[in-house]
Amino acid sequence: MPVRKQTAKKAGRKAASRNARQPVRAPAIAAEHLVPRRELERIAERVFRASPAEETEVTIEATTDALTRFANNMIHQNVAERGLSVSVRAVVDGRTARATTNKTDDESLARVARAAADLARWQPPTPDLLPMLGRQKLPAVKRYFKATAEATPELRARAVVGVVELARERRQTAAGIFSTGVSQSVLANSRGLFAAYEQTRAEFSVTILEGDSSGWAKANFGDIALVEPGALADRSSRKAAEARQPREAPAGHYTVILEPAAVLDLVGFLFYDFSATAVEDKRSCLTDRMGRKIFGDNITVWDDVHHPLQSGPPFDGEGVPREKVLLVDRGVPKSLVYSRGAAKRLKSKPTGHGLPLPNEWGEAPLNLVFAGGRTSVEQMIASTDRGILVTRFWYIREVDPYRKILTGMTRDGTFLVENGKVAGAVKNFRFNQSILEMLASVEALGPAVRSAGEESFEMVVPAMKVRNFHFSEVTKF
Amino acid sequence: MLEDWANLALDTAAVRGATYADARAIELRQRELSTKNGQVGTLVEGESLGLGVRAIADGAWGFASTDRLTKTGVERCAAEAVAIARASALAKRHDVVLAPEESYVDTWQSPFVKDPFRIPVDRQIALLLEADAAMREVAGVTLAEAGMTFRRLEQWFASTAGSRIHQVKMQSGAGIVASSFAEDELQKRSYPSSFGGQHALRGYELVEDLDLGGNARRVAEEAVALHKAAQCPEGVRTVLLDGSQVGLQIHESIGHPIELDRVLGMEANFAGTSFLTLDKLHSLRYASEHVTVVADARLEHGPGLGTFGYDDEGVPAQRTYIVKDGEFAGYLTSRETAAAVGEKRSNGTMRAESWNRLPLIRMTNISILPGPWKLDDLIADTEDGLYMETNRSWSIDDRRYHFQFGTEIGWEIKGGKKTRMIKNPSYSGITTEFWNSCDAVCSRDFWTLWGTPNCGKGQPMQTMGTGHGASPARFRNVRVGVAFSR
Repeated sequence: MPVRKQTAKKAGRKAASRNARQPVRAPAIAAEHLVPRRELERIAERVFRASPAEETEVTIEATTDALTRFANNMIHQNVAERGLSVSVRAVVDGRTARATTNKTDDESLARVARAAADLARWQPPTPDLLPMLGRQKLPAVKRYFKATAEATPELRARAVVGVVELARERRQTAAGIFSTGVSQSVLANSRGLFAAYEQTRAEFSVTILEGDSSGWAKANFGDIALVEPGALADRSSRKAAEARQPREAPAGHYTVILEPAAVLDLVGFLFYDFSATAVEDKRSCLTDRMGRKIFGDNITVWDDVHHPLQSGPPFDGEGVPREKVLLVDRGVPKSLVYSRGAAKRLKSKPTGHGLPLPNEWGEAPLNLVFAGGRTSVEQMIASTDRGILVTRFWYIREVDPYRKILTGMTRDGTFLVENGKVAGAVKNFRFNQSILEMLASVEALGPAVRSAGEESFEMVVPAMKVRNFHFSEVTKF
Repeated sequence: MLEDWANLALDTAAVRGATYADARAIELRQRELSTKNGQVGTLVEGESLGLGVRAIADGAWGFASTDRLTKTGVERCAAEAVAIARASALAKRHDVVLAPEESYVDTWQSPFVKDPFRIPVDRQIALLLEADAAMREVAGVTLAEAGMTFRRLEQWFASTAGSRIHQVKMQSGAGIVASSFAEDELQKRSYPSSFGGQHALRGYELVEDLDLGGNARRVAEEAVALHKAAQCPEGVRTVLLDGSQVGLQIHESIGHPIELDRVLGMEANFAGTSFLTLDKLHSLRYASEHVTVVADARLEHGPGLGTFGYDDEGVPAQRTYIVKDGEFAGYLTSRETAAAVGEKRSNGTMRAESWNRLPLIRMTNISILPGPWKLDDLIADTEDGLYMETNRSWSIDDRRYHFQFGTEIGWEIKGGKKTRMIKNPSYSGITTEFWNSCDAVCSRDFWTLWGTPNCGKGQPMQTMGTGHGASPARFRNVRVGVAFSR
């Protein structure tokens, strides 16, 4: 359910202020585990020195993550991890293979370099293997936020305490996670490519349970300042309260109002089909459909790593700069994304979406941005005679890969809309719905926002009002 | 050396004030190969070495992990686990209490005949390319895929209670897939199952036994033939499922709901809860009298992905009745949760994906025990039904009531005979209604311990392999065809 933001923020602050207790000594802080850039460079140099291959590529990933997990109004799991992996791709006589280790002593780095070269030698030549990329001019992105990197277990725990108190006051039960972390990566090769990237990540997800009902909210940003546990808990709490005593509505075709997380988790299944290699393999639903109008006029989608609400490195698995690609233009699938290999085979240009080699999948767009509209969820509800308001979907799986029929369940707040108003909660539905047909039936769009779900990666998507959505069965709650 | 790091972690945790701690030092080796349309796709090897420390301090849990296996790195990791536990205590309602368990000093290794990492890679690639070529010989096949995965995990577990357990597991998996795109339709067939084929705690002999090349042409022909097959009807029918699909049906509608952490609300934010509330133990008629399901991690049950000597909190492998002659008989428990169902001891199901993940309650081998039927006799005994084979889609709600499955292929059964092929088979139902409609399970001759390598659970997400022994079974009055209804 839509929540007035100001009210939600206040609720969060109030709850947090009641829990200002004595500090706890907590050294598990990501910033303390950062690997200096020079150390990452030295690892790459040591691999190049040891490699017997004609060409060598090194990917180094250093990750420090922490996650505080709560359920039944208490923290029950609380974890931190620190890891660094070195992955070496070797090219020998037109063949390529990869070996990975997390040991960084000289002997181990030399061994992994030899292992990649030895693996490569064993296989038949790869006909469309290209020479490794040389030095690239890569645009800078700022996705590292000091406050996120310096988040402590105590900070996360105190936020959880605030959320738990909010739930208790309302006779509800809270479950969720608060995670923070830093990832650093370097991609370098023996032809002079050197690309480095670092980003922070803060994520809060909360489910509030009340009797037989539940509500849910989630946010994910690079900057922890944008994550508001209190506001998210308040939103989830209100949903749970309004979802009490759900009645059973019959299965059938409904107008649906999908909140952004529900849209995200559905459309996330579509975009791997925009891989040029997938179309070449005839495993994409866009086979024979490129350039044909298959969605509504109001559907326009880009892949844009530089969008201010997006995250991720500005280069792909081979170091190609990621380009902004117009995937869908007013209902027409316009462009695919291409790795270097696919671009060569298909006589196109690489777009910077290649996956690390060797792989059989080719490429994928991972920074999706939908064009939004101006219709708020409240306006969508007000304009609906009879429909279903969906908070999110769950356990979505592909039923038919070409018609792109997906199945799944509604979850954590499903409501009947009648005569322009929310008329109470309903039991959860199973849907079987073609996403192609859904995107041809969108009646209204909300503003596009950065959204997080559970079935797909974060993207910038709007809420949608969709006609004729197929709920095929109803479950027991 | 791994044992030394685990011991150092425990000493540090104790000095820092942990009232209990355990540590797992793990060395992992993996190899993954795949081919696609006559070329090598993936060819990667990987190794990973690290340590995870779980500690209780101030009555609450903390966990930290590191790959910096130096004195400083290990001590820092253990100190972090304790510090995190103290932060957890800010939001605790009660102290963590663990069910008692003996301490063990032991070593255990999964048996195998051929070390897959010693088989030359070119031989492995050649086997995949042979199957690939056989699939592409069939006109209409547009995509041929084949793959193998191998994993060797060596683990030292140590606890402040005195356990020192060394385990080595060797895991192999392989499979092929033929896809055919024609006339606005994409059909596929997999062998021996979907999810990359069959996976087990075995060596390279598993791959050789599968005979991928010998089955390639058949699955390719079936993928192409599906285009001309009749659409799965909509309605209520008798359904026979092949063993691999029965295995996945067990996984989703029995294996997950019996996880006691789910039942107790500990997974509510992500994986969900369970309809199997505590009042249902020994009172719910979960299934018909033909159905007995066990959780069995012992090697005697077979080399499944849920087979081990000890779980990841040092509890020996056990067999537990989950459904006994149809009655709901048991949950999967841990040392922390066993008391919630009146048990004095964990039944040993805590498992972690690797050194950097916390052990969670996970399925071991959740298997239906064989019944008396031969498959041919079961088909002959079926007047009007549908036989469905090899999973294609799977989905179930967050309390594990309502499910829907699709399979790659099906056949109509008329008058006791398998007749015409059907495409896009699907069925759906409510868990307990479905299992109560089971009236026949095939015998040991048709029983396979299937491996599901991709079970996701937990935050951060962990992927775990689970085992499911199953044979073909028959279910009455099942809703079919709804996935493609309009």
